Amino acid sequence: MGKKLLIHNDNVPGIATLEVYRQNGGYASVEKALKTMTPADVVEEVKKSGLRGRGGAGFPTGMKWSFLAKPEGVERYLVCNADESEPGTFKDRYLMEKIPHALIEGMITSSYALGAKTSYIYIRGEYFYVARIVEKAIDEAYAAGLLGKNILGTNFSHDCYVQVGAGAYICGEETALLESLEGKRGNPRIKPPFPAIAGLYGCPTVVNNVETIAAVCPIVMMGGDEYAKIGIGRSTGTKLISASGHINKPGVYEIELGLPVEEFIYSEEYCGGIINGRKLKAVVAGGSSVPILPAELILKNDKGEARLMSYESLSEGGFATGTMLGSGGFIVYDETTSIVKNLYTFARFYHHESCGQCSPCREGTGWMEKILHRIVEGQGKPSDVDLLWDIQRKIEGNTICPLGDAAAWPVASAIRHFRHEFEEYINHPERIKDVKHYYSVHQLAGA
Amino acid sequence: MAKVTIDGHSIEVPDGTTILQAARMLVDNNPEVDAKVAPPTMCYYSKLKTSGGYCRTCVVKVTKGSEKDPRPMPKPVASCRTTVMDGMEVVNITSPEVLEARKGVVEFLLINHPLDCPICDQAGECHLQDLGYEHGLAKTRYDFSRRTFNQIDIGPYIKLHMTRCIMCFRCIKVADQITNNRYQGMLFRGDASEISTYIEKAVDNDFSGNVIDVCPVGALTDRTFRFKSRVWFTKPMDAHRNCTKCSGKAAVWLKGNDVLRVTARKDQWGEAIDWICNECRFEKKDAKDWVIEKPSHIDRHSVISQNHYENLAQLKLDISKQQKQIAGKK
Amino acid sequence: MSNEIKFNEETLALVHKMIKRYPEGKHKSALLPILHIAQAEFGGWLSPETMDYVASILNIKPIEVYEVASFYSMYNLKPVGKCLLEVCRTSSCWTRGAEDVVRHLEKKLGIKEGETTADGMFTIKTVECLGSCGSAPMLQCGASYHENLTMEKVDNLLEEYRAIGKQRSYTDMDYKNTL
Repeated sequence: MGKKLLIHNDNVPGIATLEVYRQNGGYASVEKALKTMTPADVVEEVKKSGLRGRGGAGFPTGMKWSFLAKPEGVERYLVCNADESEPGTFKDRYLMEKIPHALIEGMITSSYALGAKTSYIYIRGEYFYVARIVEKAIDEAYAAGLLGKNILGTNFSHDCYVQVGAGAYICGEETALLESLEGKRGNPRIKPPFPAIAGLYGCPTVVNNVETIAAVCPIVMMGGDEYAKIGIGRSTGTKLISASGHINKPGVYEIELGLPVEEFIYSEEYCGGIINGRKLKAVVAGGSSVPILPAELILKNDKGEARLMSYESLSEGGFATGTMLGSGGFIVYDETTSIVKNLYTFARFYHHESCGQCSPCREGTGWMEKILHRIVEGQGKPSDVDLLWDIQRKIEGNTICPLGDAAAWPVASAIRHFRHEFEEYINHPERIKDVKHYYSVHQLAGA
Repeated sequence: MAKVTIDGHSIEVPDGTTILQAARMLVDNNPEVDAKVAPPTMCYYSKLKTSGGYCRTCVVKVTKGSEKDPRPMPKPVASCRTTVMDGMEVVNITSPEVLEARKGVVEFLLINHPLDCPICDQAGECHLQDLGYEHGLAKTRYDFSRRTFNQIDIGPYIKLHMTRCIMCFRCIKVADQITNNRYQGMLFRGDASEISTYIEKAVDNDFSGNVIDVCPVGALTDRTFRFKSRVWFTKPMDAHRNCTKCSGKAAVWLKGNDVLRVTARKDQWGEAIDWICNECRFEKKDAKDWVIEKPSHIDRHSVISQNHYENLAQLKLDISKQQKQIAGKK
Repeated sequence: MSNEIKFNEETLALVHKMIKRYPEGKHKSALLPILHIAQAEFGGWLSPETMDYVASILNIKPIEVYEVASFYSMYNLKPVGKCLLEVCRTSSCWTRGAEDVVRHLEKKLGIKEGETTADGMFTIKTVECLGSCGSAPMLQCGASYHENLTMEKVDNLLEEYRAIGKQRSYTDMDYKNTL
């Protein structure tokens, strides 16, 4: 049983309320930080912890915090990125829904470290009921003197608000999120300047993922050095993994980084193996944008070593044979899955979510979807696979924000590892409708 | 000051200069430098704040970040939005990778473009035409139906032909920055995005006509010039008039003695030198309204220049010859 | 629901509470939440009149509202049924039978995806990942997530919503009391 720091209390009845949360040690980090530490101390502990951004990019949080500009007389903001929209990812929702105070506590402690008087939690619009839970928790925190003026009798005052989005994956990109928070279209900004210099309303801003912010509380409590002992190498601490797809036990699991992938998929403690005892075919390990890997490469890397759930181990071998930990959206596909059809759902997603600002993404995502649609409908052309490859290559790296890469990588990896399946679709369209195997055959009860 | 090297040519530029501006300075100040060292642009417009970065046509590779931090930048960058650092080294036309990326951008810009140049008023002075000619593929690989929109009249003077739009955002920035209100905007998203007023509204204010000049393609055209002539059959002349609203300095496009249209004067990068007002642009279509100065200086390589001037050198020669002749006669 | 596009006192107070969350002069930040409220109040969609009204409240140009409203997928620019059934169809839900859910709804309601039933009760819409991958397949109606769907569950849901929809639009139920 690995260590749990974030959701260890998720089954305590009433943990969503302030009272029960505090009875279980909640808000201790606020108490400790505000009363016994300077803001710089908190930043230092986060640096020492080796905590990396849990939203997907994995950038060291302490470093991000230390980049925050602190000009005299200018407001600074902390913005929590709760626009969880990466297909396969639902951990932030789980955390906010089950233990909303864990986020609020992290917001207060982190804001203290950053010197932010105001913070916003930007929650995707579809999570409306979650926003309601978080708002309720915020109200409780205000009532208990944990938010507002002179928190816990200290000099630190802080206001925290929820903002709901309205349906746009792109708002998970931090500058698009800031645009959206300013009441605009979620078009990513052209960087530089980075938010640390000019973010919300042009003021220095830190944008962190829900899980990242929540992780600050245990770090403050146990100290950065202790936190850094958990996990493996530069992948320190614990990570929430959203497990879905063809597994027996889909759900959110907190793992110690470094857990073997095989154990995660097959052990009863986690995914509980593949449904109906079928064989594993492929895995998307970190949300839809990371490269899909076939079973043999996700369980072991190209050197034959066991692959671990860590930033480094998953990316071992580069994109040729590796992938990324990303947001921890772990989607498992069994042997019945059509990789091509699955890819089509991703391509359709990215087409739908492209903001339209820059040409390669705006035009390229739609083009890829159209080609994939043609292929899954049995109308593919022999040249389509190479064309797809070429289009994704021309999108990758050439766009304003990472959505272009996110749209390109799934296409590239599916072709890289499953080219034969595309060719089968194109060369034998008659088999598509006849062979059940080409559709996901997990049938609903009563279907 | 920062020293930057682009395709092997070095130049010192003030801090805060973008790679693109530096490249243009290089070309402007050194006749021996190939003009193509300055990356092509479709959305950047030096006179519009925050323009650029969208079309990705001007991407370049930074092979050395700066003297202080020589690491190369991992991805191609938009040269119009990336400022130079001292000691920076950049590759544009000397990098096959950049040219390949640019070719990709051109293809993306063209897949949904109607390619209706034969009936487009912009043909001959269209930046997309030039770009396609130089960097594009001779054959399209896109075999799906293209995105189309209905044409709309936005007011009595401007035609919006959204199907041709490449989403450069320039017209939005013109409305925000040089007019007193904005009626059109970017609606919807992804490849369904469009420039629109949403509900039919006339764009009405004194400087709205400038959106026509900044539009790099034929998406916004002058209704008073619609189908009057191919641009290469008209003669652009620098002209001015006393105007209370704008500088009154414009280019009038003549056919015989008729003023078929009026536009801003453009610099060598195709950008308007002075914004002009709607009165000058749309209402003054009589040669008598204008004091004609001289033939407009045009050195774009596209068809627009073909009827008038073989090339820049030739033009300069002709003018100096004429001046000498005039001086001789006196 | 009144025909006049104007918030009542209570809602207006809520709107002003929203605006106060942002610094002086940054009231445009409240546009997204206010559009949600407006959509809930004025028939489940954003008509040009509704958007113009929101623009006037925030003192911004109407085009700024159109730009935003047309960008985000949760704002309906055309009328929808009282119960908008949004079925997720991205990878994880697809592996768990999202296509079957859509087909079942289509059969049951006699309409195609994107259409509204003749009585104006239901609209079927397919949407991209709603972050319910671990409890797939799922559909969202109003603010409610309905997860781990089976055909039986879908049938029951339709009955439930039909009963609620007869009284009021789904949007009234959730948005107003919470923001």
